[in-house]
Amino acid sequence: MRNMRMPMARRRAMAVVAAVLLAGAVAACGNSDTGSGGDGGDDGKLVLGFSQVGAESGWRTANTNSIKEAATEAGIELKFDDAQQKQENQIKAIRNYIQQKVDVIAFSPVVESGWDTVLKEAKDAGIPVILTDRAVDSADKSLYKTFLGSDFVKEGRLSGEWLVENKKDATGDVNIVELQGTTGSAPANDRKKGFAEAIAADPKLKVIASQSGDFTRAGGKQVMEQFLKAHPKIDVLFAHNDDMGLGALEAITAAGKEPGKDITIITIDAVKDGMQALADGKFNFIAECSPLLGPQLMDLAKKVHAGEEVPPRIETEETTFTQEQAKEALPNRKY
Amino acid sequence: MSDAGNRFRTLLGHRLFWPVAVLVVMLAANTVYRPGFLSVEVNNGHLYGTPIDILRLSAPLILVALGMTLVISTGGIDLSVGSVCAISGAIACLYISRAPDQDNLVTVLTALAMALGAALALGAWNGVLVSVIGIQPIIATLILMVAGRGLAQLVAEGQIITINSGPYRAIGLGHLLTLPLAIFIALAAALLVAAFTRRTALGMIVESVGGNREASRLAGIRSGRVVFLVYVVSAACAAIAGFMMTANVSSADGNNTGLWVELDAILAVVIGGTSLAGGRFYLGGTILGALIIQTLTTTVYAMNISPQTALLFKAVVVIAVCLIQAPAFRAKFRRRRSGTPPPPQSSPQRQKEQVPA
Repeated sequence: MRNMRMPMARRRAMAVVAAVLLAGAVAACGNSDTGSGGDGGDDGKLVLGFSQVGAESGWRTANTNSIKEAATEAGIELKFDDAQQKQENQIKAIRNYIQQKVDVIAFSPVVESGWDTVLKEAKDAGIPVILTDRAVDSADKSLYKTFLGSDFVKEGRLSGEWLVENKKDATGDVNIVELQGTTGSAPANDRKKGFAEAIAADPKLKVIASQSGDFTRAGGKQVMEQFLKAHPKIDVLFAHNDDMGLGALEAITAAGKEPGKDITIITIDAVKDGMQALADGKFNFIAECSPLLGPQLMDLAKKVHAGEEVPPRIETEETTFTQEQAKEALPNRKY
Repeated sequence: MSDAGNRFRTLLGHRLFWPVAVLVVMLAANTVYRPGFLSVEVNNGHLYGTPIDILRLSAPLILVALGMTLVISTGGIDLSVGSVCAISGAIACLYISRAPDQDNLVTVLTALAMALGAALALGAWNGVLVSVIGIQPIIATLILMVAGRGLAQLVAEGQIITINSGPYRAIGLGHLLTLPLAIFIALAAALLVAAFTRRTALGMIVESVGGNREASRLAGIRSGRVVFLVYVVSAACAAIAGFMMTANVSSADGNNTGLWVELDAILAVVIGGTSLAGGRFYLGGTILGALIIQTLTTTVYAMNISPQTALLFKAVVVIAVCLIQAPAFRAKFRRRRSGTPPPPQSSPQRQKEQVPA
């Protein structure tokens, strides 16, 4: 082994380099506001500790901004932490909030399981917890007050219902291909379920192929390329998010078909690029999955702090868009 | 023994025989499932069809795997290639998205040069960590694999950068002589690497460093420099692959560009017959490995295998490829069939392939 024979000085130099690297990494990860040491509630303001999943998409960034803006507007002191998609960071942040005795804790869980211990600690400290955007699978529902987030089944169902209405005059079979999200993820499972339920109302609507595009543009494109070659007659594309739909657009154009006309395209999310495609007539329908739940969250935080009863499940206020609605809404979209 | 029989036996013993056989079987199975699978037609003046898709989509993987082959041949490994793809794609797309005229060729070339420069710096970082400081390659490149994703997101500010640039798009989707440009780029890179490694002594030097670094150094080879160089080459290959991936969808997604491509690349190298222990490397085998992996992915979509079983399906095929390539497994199989006594086993552990002096 080379390292064994390394002179002491050199080994020490290596240790220094490693330490510097490590320090750099820690500094880069530790950009949270939790360490500021404020002990909540001194000035009578309600203090909300919020732990975000990360900043992995435009959707998430809009979600963060909405929460920050709403907190300022509502006069709530927000302690914000970015977990960088790691559960251990999130647990650490929640423990910090408990120590700082914040009034309410809210977080978007990175994963579904493994929260019981830390939620129990919050409960014992008498701090109410609100889940946003994603649920946890704890059997003990008393560990959190409420879950504020989108209803993915409903998003799928709204998409399906629009399609049933849109194709009610069509004669013959309507062939649908589906681009699923990441296999096993809650939005993928629920959107597929809701859509299937809705289109069951019309027997001529048939899903002829369904594959995972991993919620990415590259994935959506690659799968759609094969769908187009395997199935000469595709009438409808249902994509579980805008990005996969945007990727599929390119595959459809490359195949010499016109998206939005030859193939009806339905997606979910309504991010900016997706809304632009809808306004341009390339998409036909988008069911919104809104990240702008800040105002609702602040409202809830005040209620649970005041000890009011809140329903255990609250849906984000969401809508759907047709091409005309997209043209109107586009200038005011925040994400 | 007849001449034809001998020739058949030589063919059967060729190390690329089984990977080729697997590829042929997959293509045949697809053709049985859908007779039009292999058909290629002319659409808008260029070829259009599933085989063309497979070639185009495997181009980025071929590039990454080429660099990976050299790294693995020195006994190292480069886990950071996926992150380098993401960073280079993000830098190029960011520069183009900020430019007043996205179709300007100079703008695109500047963007490519900047991104490539950044990738070379990252490769040099890996190279220094491994060759100068002496950190284990798997750890040294793991740093950049993890940090690089963050860096790509930082460049893109956590957003997906969408661009609308004709020249940049051409890297992923352009055509030359009716075939996708990406194939030619990958092919050119392969020929370049082959020329440098097989027409000069460089290839043998790389293999000898992988075989025994200390012995090579004593024989007068500057091992450290060779190791440093392969990481830079690997990063450069990854950067070009990153351009292709982002150009393919005209957008850079810091989170997903090149995600897990390092694993596919390592797999392609292994299927191609290069030992993970270092030593001999086979560029042709690597390219074949990349084609097999992409064909496998396309097969899943073309046969509409449900996403829940797709991973299992892939795993089974990959295990099959690895098993039939393993000499020990083949020997066992042959023995059982013919009932002859086992040939004398050499060492049970797989030996590093040494380069003859």
